[in-house]
Amino acid sequence: MIGFSAPLLLIGLLALPVLWILLRAVPPAATRRRFAGVALLLGLADKSQQADKTPWWLLALRMMALATMILAFAGPVLNPKSAARTSDPLLIIMDGGWADAYDWPLRQAKAASLLDDAGQVGRLVAVVQLTDLPQALDFRAAADWRGRLAAMAPRAWQVQDLALWRARLPAGPYDTAWISDGLAHSGQAELLASLQAQGHVDVFASDQPIYALGPARQVDGKVTLKVQRLRTGKPALVDVIALGPDPSGIQRDLARVRVTFAAQDSAALALLDLPAELRNRVTRFAVDGQRSAGAVSLADDTLKRRKVALVNESADGEGLQLLAPLHYLRQALILSADLLSGGLDDVLPANPDVIVLADGAQMPQAKAAALQSWVEKGGLLLRFAGPRLAASDIALMAKDPLMPVTLRQGGLTSGGAMSWGAPKALAAFAQSSPFHGLAIPPDLRVRTQVLAQPDADLPRRTLAVLEDGTPLVTRKTLGQGQVVLFHVTANAEWSDLPLSGLFVQMLERLAVSATSGSAGADVLAGLIWTPEHILDGWGDRVDPTALAGVDGADLVAALQRGPSGAVPAGVYRHEGLGVAVNAVPVDQPLVQAAWPLGVAVQGLTLVAEIALKGPMLALAMILLLCDAVASLAVMGRLGFGRGAGAGLLALALLAPPQNAQADEAADQRAIAATQGVVLAYVITRDAAVDATSAASLQGLSDQLIFRTAIEPLMPMGVDLEKDEVVFFPCLYWPVTADAATPSDAAYTKLNHYLRTGGMILFDTRDADVAGGGVGQGLTPEGQALQRIAQGLDIPPLAPLPGDHVLTRSFYLLQAFPGRFAEGGLWVEAPPPDATKTDEMPFRNLNDGVTPVVIGGNDWASAWAVDDDGWPFLPVGRGAAGDQQREYAYRFGINLIMYALTGNYKSDQVHVPALLERLGK
Amino acid sequence: MTLFPDLRARAEALGQSLPPLLAAAEHLAATVTFGEHGRRRPGRGDDFWQYRPARAGDSLRWIDWRRSARSDQAFVQEREWQAAQSVVLWVDRAQSMDFAGGSRPPKSDRARLLALALAALLVRAGEQVGLAGHPQPPRAGKGQMQRLLEVLAADLTAPAQDYAAALPDDFIRQGRAVFISDFLGDLSGLQRSLAQAAASGVKGLLVQVLDPDEEAFPFDGRTVFVSMGGSLAHETQSAGDLRGRYLARLGERKARLAELAQAAGWVYASHHTGQPATTALLWTYRALQGGWR
Repeated sequence: MIGFSAPLLLIGLLALPVLWILLRAVPPAATRRRFAGVALLLGLADKSQQADKTPWWLLALRMMALATMILAFAGPVLNPKSAARTSDPLLIIMDGGWADAYDWPLRQAKAASLLDDAGQVGRLVAVVQLTDLPQALDFRAAADWRGRLAAMAPRAWQVQDLALWRARLPAGPYDTAWISDGLAHSGQAELLASLQAQGHVDVFASDQPIYALGPARQVDGKVTLKVQRLRTGKPALVDVIALGPDPSGIQRDLARVRVTFAAQDSAALALLDLPAELRNRVTRFAVDGQRSAGAVSLADDTLKRRKVALVNESADGEGLQLLAPLHYLRQALILSADLLSGGLDDVLPANPDVIVLADGAQMPQAKAAALQSWVEKGGLLLRFAGPRLAASDIALMAKDPLMPVTLRQGGLTSGGAMSWGAPKALAAFAQSSPFHGLAIPPDLRVRTQVLAQPDADLPRRTLAVLEDGTPLVTRKTLGQGQVVLFHVTANAEWSDLPLSGLFVQMLERLAVSATSGSAGADVLAGLIWTPEHILDGWGDRVDPTALAGVDGADLVAALQRGPSGAVPAGVYRHEGLGVAVNAVPVDQPLVQAAWPLGVAVQGLTLVAEIALKGPMLALAMILLLCDAVASLAVMGRLGFGRGAGAGLLALALLAPPQNAQADEAADQRAIAATQGVVLAYVITRDAAVDATSAASLQGLSDQLIFRTAIEPLMPMGVDLEKDEVVFFPCLYWPVTADAATPSDAAYTKLNHYLRTGGMILFDTRDADVAGGGVGQGLTPEGQALQRIAQGLDIPPLAPLPGDHVLTRSFYLLQAFPGRFAEGGLWVEAPPPDATKTDEMPFRNLNDGVTPVVIGGNDWASAWAVDDDGWPFLPVGRGAAGDQQREYAYRFGINLIMYALTGNYKSDQVHVPALLERLGK
Repeated sequence: MTLFPDLRARAEALGQSLPPLLAAAEHLAATVTFGEHGRRRPGRGDDFWQYRPARAGDSLRWIDWRRSARSDQAFVQEREWQAAQSVVLWVDRAQSMDFAGGSRPPKSDRARLLALALAALLVRAGEQVGLAGHPQPPRAGKGQMQRLLEVLAADLTAPAQDYAAALPDDFIRQGRAVFISDFLGDLSGLQRSLAQAAASGVKGLLVQVLDPDEEAFPFDGRTVFVSMGGSLAHETQSAGDLRGRYLARLGERKARLAELAQAAGWVYASHHTGQPATTALLWTYRALQGGWR
């Protein structure tokens, strides 16, 4: 789409044919040329008369240039925004559910662009998000909405109260821009009709597929999730990932499964076969790459399979299976829990979530203590009464830590031949009971039970009572865990309870077994559920600080019809039970919004206005330049152009020679430095220090030539900023107090040098008075050294060990004097596992050369010689001074030898041992 | 001096410009070696040519007694014929000769240089050299060089027409003539002149001096060609298109010149200012010698 800001100028294009004729008539100017041979030319006619006029292509070029200019001045604009035709207010509707989340910024940008357009013509605007509570429309200036729009966020639920919104629509003409999430919502058509009654309605929708993840279910031991998508048509592959904490508590992808959609599939199943350990850790499932609450499925107790240990300490007695105390429990739990059975000693190490003790009698002290400590760590101990318990004296008089109540001797039997009264039914559960809301089968009777000793704690600990108020289920907390006692047996001997569905529900309420999806609706009802965490529209968890507890009925409604503002998606918890409310409720299909005919659905893509005037003018100028060149070509004057071109070329080539010169100097230097061994020092910009360095290395070079096979050439100074250092085996670096810190480039160069086998001798020249350059009380030079060395890649340092190779690479040395004799040396620290081997004079320390040697003995002064080869700086006094200078030279020779030979010298000392081994 | 107030200034101008020309001419002449001078036939002269048996009619004085004493026959010593020829040089002074292509010197420079060098050679060989159309007759001797120089240099300042119209038509009988020109103008004058020369028994050379640009015609595009004097002009839209036909005409012109020369017993040669002058000089000198053979 191209529009023009000044279309009238386009009339100028009509003038082009006229220009064509005019331009045709004017031939190019002729060159006047003196030529002696004119006489021979006389009478020669031109071959074609066409050459008399401008060539057609040149003409076309000029016409094109002109046309381009006319078009440019007419102000062409790519993708022009059509100006609003009306000044009616504009209502911008955003659905704002989770389905909007993945491209929310795009929707915001679309709304912002609509706001801008409206603002330009002064229309009033109202922006509403349909997931909000219905409210009256608030038409304001567009600018007012900018900030609010930026603050809007998608919700984790779907549009619900469209009828209410419809009721709130004001009368009066206004246009509507509806940025839809693409899903069908109930009442959408009616709302659209109402809006259309008020004015024009534009609908914007994305055509990106929307994925939604249903709740996780366990089917045949596999976790099954239903992945739905909106907008079929293309095959797709999506990944469903299971997220949860790893053993160290860090959120990770615990599992990942790929789901394949065929072209027309709107739903597919994701099957995850997870080990129980992993499955219990999953906190949520998500469709990979879809950032929306709908693509998140929270895991709740449905997934958790608790490890329940059924302990029958007295299992040695044979009996009919149906009479076995734990038979009904086993049947109740076998589908929803992992069952363990065996003795207490056997199951405790498995650390089950629940231990069920059926009719336990007295247990040994050690077992009781182990069980108690397990409970205190969060275990749930579920006990059942029975003949043995009733007969024993457990908790009869004193409180037993593993019993919630003290018991009265004997029991209560009702309805028997010898008793008075009929068997008792259960009373309705109290509000405070975890069983509150469970329906009690009317024919449930309790015939026999153990009785609790009434005391002050009893009412608080009672969870269920009989009609007459006798406690049936009691509970007490112990540490982080709890002990629950059913005052009846776990089989049908004493009551009908284990036979009823209520028993299973009670177990679920006690978190012994897990709820199984919607089937647990009656399990949920009647309780107050506190949100543990909820989801925002993008599927991220947020803390539900401002949310009150949710009634079970509302929760059930949310589970069936989807979350809402009152019950947002999230995990709700009541005591040990957790229920996840997902953004996409159970089995709710995704339905694509069906807009009536006549409503054009536009895309969300923003097309920016691009003014083409500049580029077109530039094009016109280029065409005119081409024309100039072509005209010259036609006139045969391009020879001049060639000259000019050559000149330009020469200008362009003028710059490089300087670089080339510098390179040449560097090359010369590199050649000089690589002719042989060259000692080098770092130029410090302190003239005296540099002169001493040069003289000292000269002196050291002389000594090396006299005494060793090393014959160095003239020493060189190195400017770290400019010169290459890799050619030198060893750099002498006198550190001055005001030494400049090298630049990054220099550091890079130095670190490369050190890594590739270079060695630097740092000399602080302060006699090392501060004790080794490390620690407190540094001299200024020491501080400078620290500053410089910060950027260097230096390994840990240690004072030179007595058995270091440096002490014997040529001479055997114990001290390393320079002008000063006392200071020590620091070199790379020996590896911690360096050990002294038998028959070896010293340890095998470093398999390499220490990259740095640091000292402060001012060796340069001791080595320095004048032009005649005589030392010119004083060292010590008299013969002792000469000897000190001699040792300084010996140190220098050892150092260079060490730098040049490296661990070869280190290996040399092993030669006797090696030879000896070879001899053997 | 009072009679010719500007003579001195002109002379000084000449003095400044001529010596280089003369020097160049002498330098050029020095490149031609004199290995084969002489007429190679018996005649009057100073050098020994051959002995021949005396014939009847030979004067006794001619008999070389020394040679004759060694045999029974009488021998006559013949001398090589050394006769001074008079050579007339004509250098085209029309404006067309001022054309110079590129950075080369104008054709007139080359023409003068050639003429003067030739004159120097001829003078050295003892010939009489003169300029056509000049009142002074051909003379021999070094002094003649100076006079030739002055006349040729005077041409520098003389106004002239576009193309040479009048060519010399009075010749010294049995003399030699050298015409140096570009021969781009009307050829009728040349034709007349050659007819006259043939009638007078004069043989000679036509040396056509051309600029390489005139040979190659390296022009393109819309151009107005103007003659050096401005009297002729030709406009074309595409000079490049004319190249072929121009070159053809030039070829015709050359063929015509060669034909005219042959008819009169003359020799025609073409020389480019882009070539070294030595080549032309050597050729001219040989051609003149060949003419005498």
